[in-house]
Amino acid sequence: MMNATSTTRQRAAGSDTGMRVLAAATVLTLTIGLFMAFVYAPMDAVQGQAQRIFYVHVPMAWLAYLAFGVIFVGSVGYLWKRDIRWDQLARAGAELGFVFTTLVLITGSLWGRPIWNTFWTWDARLTTTLILWFIYLAYFMIRSYAGDAERGARFAAILGIIGAVDVPIIHLSVQWWRTLHPQPVVLNTSGTQLPNEMLWTLLVCFAGFTLLFIYLLILKCRIESVRDRLADREMEALLATPVAEPRRDLVRAADVSGGSEE
Amino acid sequence: MQRVRMLVWKDLVVEARGREFLGAMLVFALITIVTLNFAFDLTGAGKEASGSGGLWIAYLFAGMLGLGRSIAVERDRGTLEGLTLCPVDGGSIFLGKLISNLLFVLVVQLVTLPVFAALYDLPALRPMVFAIAFIGALGFSGLGTLFSALAAGSRSREILMPLLLFPLAIPVVIGCVRATTLVFEGNLSEAWPWFNLLTAFDAIFVAISYVVFDHVLEE
Repeated sequence: MMNATSTTRQRAAGSDTGMRVLAAATVLTLTIGLFMAFVYAPMDAVQGQAQRIFYVHVPMAWLAYLAFGVIFVGSVGYLWKRDIRWDQLARAGAELGFVFTTLVLITGSLWGRPIWNTFWTWDARLTTTLILWFIYLAYFMIRSYAGDAERGARFAAILGIIGAVDVPIIHLSVQWWRTLHPQPVVLNTSGTQLPNEMLWTLLVCFAGFTLLFIYLLILKCRIESVRDRLADREMEALLATPVAEPRRDLVRAADVSGGSEE
Repeated sequence: MQRVRMLVWKDLVVEARGREFLGAMLVFALITIVTLNFAFDLTGAGKEASGSGGLWIAYLFAGMLGLGRSIAVERDRGTLEGLTLCPVDGGSIFLGKLISNLLFVLVVQLVTLPVFAALYDLPALRPMVFAIAFIGALGFSGLGTLFSALAAGSRSREILMPLLLFPLAIPVVIGCVRATTLVFEGNLSEAWPWFNLLTAFDAIFVAISYVVFDHVLEE
């Protein structure tokens, strides 16, 4: 018993060092990325300062979709192995993915307002991201409406798999739908034409945000694992407590109300 | 295959005796088609696009009404428990339920398409429209049957069903509406890519649902 706890502690201490290194790397990369985004990268000739939101917006969009990939991996793993840790991974991915999808939609709208003169346009990428946001919501709902945790994990895993396969198809269908219509706004973000300074800034921001994602994902997995253990302990404690005596006053009150109805 | 046929037969007999779904879905589809006339202009210029949109909204809603309850009813009556005790795998139960749901939606479409064609003076009785109707119905019935089982095992079933089905069935909605519009406009050749997309969608999601259905049913 003593041995088990000490090894657990040692392991926790070891991974905490790893987490500290990861946190430091994340902060460093993001700081450099911010500096590059605001100082190093040249101002866009057409869009002016507003274009700088690009360095935050695009990495976040990548994370919004990456997170659904994490859900997919967790979902397949859970249905296959039935190990709760896979579900914890899927839960962690879902929560982060929802946050980043929301942020992508907000930063995109903020960027769109001065440049396109509108908060929203039914472009393929925007539409797919909005639908992705709704799928994340459905994912949370099915988990919370399922009743018990095990069934919630199973149902959510099924939706996770269906959703991950569906998102590329949704993107394809929306793209076809758009190209068959006149396009109101032409997106001008083709990566090949970016000047080198902008490209490097974007790459550093990508790295920084991805590190942040990994850090938060590990942290979130741990929180979910602690939460599960806590729920187990509570259940054990509940089962261990002796069943209380029926309260006489309540029993009598029920008798009286039952009698009066007759 | 024999088992799937038995399961479908069971659903048809239940429907013939109780008449629970088909009548309600049919009337609902008709009233939706009529009501949408007040929401959009389905008679003037560009009615090919708004007409096919209205038609598919009606089918999606009517389909959801029937699909949403199809497995919840089984659960409430204890039939689902009986089925899981039978020597059939989850995949067969899924296929049986999918086929009977699909048959209901197809009957609704067969009855409403002539009415729709007459009301809005659109060429809705072409073979291609029936083909799109079939492939589209299979698309949302496939996902709908799976989600119906998920919703049946949850609280707030009626709310959950559209929240699951609508976002994930978007390729079906877009595909069916675009393809039907193109047929109404007389562009049969341009409708084919959409038809192929819908076929691929059906194949992918029927296959996935078939595989994962065992995980839905276990208690």
